[in-house]
Amino acid sequence: MTPRDLPALTITELQQLLRARDVSPSEAVEALHARIAEVDPQIGAYLSLDLDAAVKAADAADINLPLGGVPIAIKDVLNVAGQPCTCASRMLRNYVASYDATVVTRLKQAGAIPFGKTNMDEFAMGSSNENSSIRPVLNPWDRGRVPGGSSGGSAAVVAADEAFGALGTDTGGSVRQPAGFCGIVGLKPSYGRVSRFGLVAFASSLDQVGPLTKTVNDAALLMNAIAGQDAQESTSLPDAVADYTAGLGREIRGMRIGVAREHRAASVDPQVQAAVDRAVALFSSLGAEVVEVSLPHTEYAVAVYYLVATAEASANLARYDGVRYGHRAADAKDLLDHYGRTRAEGFGTEVKRRIILGTYVLSSGYYDAYYLRAQKVRELIRRDFANVFAKVDALLSPTSPVPAYKLGEHATDPLKMYLADVFTVPANLAGICGISLPCGFADSEEGTRLPVGLQLLGNSLDEARLLQLAHAYEQSTEWHTQRPPLARPLEEQRA
Amino acid sequence: MSQASIDVGYAATLARLNLTDEETQLFQTQLQQVLTYADKLREVDVSDIDVAAHAVPMFNVFREDAPLDWFTAEDALSNAPRQANGLFIVPKVVE
Repeated sequence: MTPRDLPALTITELQQLLRARDVSPSEAVEALHARIAEVDPQIGAYLSLDLDAAVKAADAADINLPLGGVPIAIKDVLNVAGQPCTCASRMLRNYVASYDATVVTRLKQAGAIPFGKTNMDEFAMGSSNENSSIRPVLNPWDRGRVPGGSSGGSAAVVAADEAFGALGTDTGGSVRQPAGFCGIVGLKPSYGRVSRFGLVAFASSLDQVGPLTKTVNDAALLMNAIAGQDAQESTSLPDAVADYTAGLGREIRGMRIGVAREHRAASVDPQVQAAVDRAVALFSSLGAEVVEVSLPHTEYAVAVYYLVATAEASANLARYDGVRYGHRAADAKDLLDHYGRTRAEGFGTEVKRRIILGTYVLSSGYYDAYYLRAQKVRELIRRDFANVFAKVDALLSPTSPVPAYKLGEHATDPLKMYLADVFTVPANLAGICGISLPCGFADSEEGTRLPVGLQLLGNSLDEARLLQLAHAYEQSTEWHTQRPPLARPLEEQRA
Repeated sequence: MSQASIDVGYAATLARLNLTDEETQLFQTQLQQVLTYADKLREVDVSDIDVAAHAVPMFNVFREDAPLDWFTAEDALSNAPRQANGLFIVPKVVE
């Protein structure tokens, strides 16, 4: 095992080497850093990297802890004390975190080493990582295409072996969809399962922190570390945390998987549908019973999401006023000028667009017709899932209707981009858990291979069962062993 | 509601956000499309739904009313655009 090979390992494999003392935590950090230096100029996924802090933590690492000595990349929307937290926005370009988010504290308590802040869509608003104020992230599988978003950086670093694992956040699909576009595993926990303390808020009733990893087992390991109630976060749930690895490898024979007829009716790229259909067949061959179910309010989910999420975002982003932190416009004439210009200069176009929409739907005279109505339809969407989970253990669908699209393809049509979130937003609205895992490839016109993501949805707090199903599928296929050509050492690529 | 078109300028004032004329026009078109799309929610019968303000049924989550010593004034000032004497310096708001 040369240092060049180390970054290709999973968290689980790295742990074995660390505990056998074949590799030291510092060696792992250095090897990762070398890979990042080599590969990231082609991907653009890291916004900041503190090697000194990581090496220091590595030297002090206790390899007997559950994640002892394992470096983990952190989406730049989560506070890591002493590190920048920019949310990929000009507004927070120079912001340095003064405390750790709870998920970061818990990773550290488990012995992990937060290493690197990853690029993202600004303030987590976007599905392509093109809304970063710094630079877009390029998909490691095809650098003319997007990695997905908003956790595009976190997904790309894991896919390109620039990280052993990463944390991202998911408000409408922002962990699952980039995981799908990048051919890796991405889990959105049930709402309240993981603390949002120290997470820069986008939509407070929808946001969740989730792991992006190369395997289901790795996702389970990260969940073990970060899940659980937090006294500092009042929406975190008191329910006990299972050992999420315990059920992996158990039989799935007899488990019931639902496919919604409304999902079948949605317009999906034929290659994506073909890969997902093959996954359904594989689940059947593993002994799961696949049944048709109905989620009658599916067609309303995107509309509900873009009213509720933007409304909540408009409230959460009101704090960026140039007073206590963040960008401040120079030479303001008066308070309104101070606010108006600070926010105009600090926010990018998509963020402004969503603030405007969210403000409008909450404003007097429109609140009832838009926001209130959307919240009521949201309740119907929740009920749809409650009804379905009384009959099945999990739901199955594509993660996204299309594979990774080209940079700039959706630049002028926000609505079209929003509609592509059809499979992912319902889970956030209902507060249930969901995972994306690789299930095959689509061929692009240019002849590149684009990963296809399979989404499984589970009932609230049913992550263990969801991971069990995902693991069974994963271990019956080779998709999780595939890496983009970029990830191979340059010598090999040239050969 | 879709008959009235979204008033981007009004929303921008509420949001304390200065938009350029181009941005205002662009958002007018784009957001009107989104709102028109969202009009489909009017088809749904929501007459028996109590509005849900809570994403999960957690209410009145309290803690001990005791001070915690974890976030200092220094921490709070650490990213201040302008500060002095342990205070944020801000534009004048009162004449």
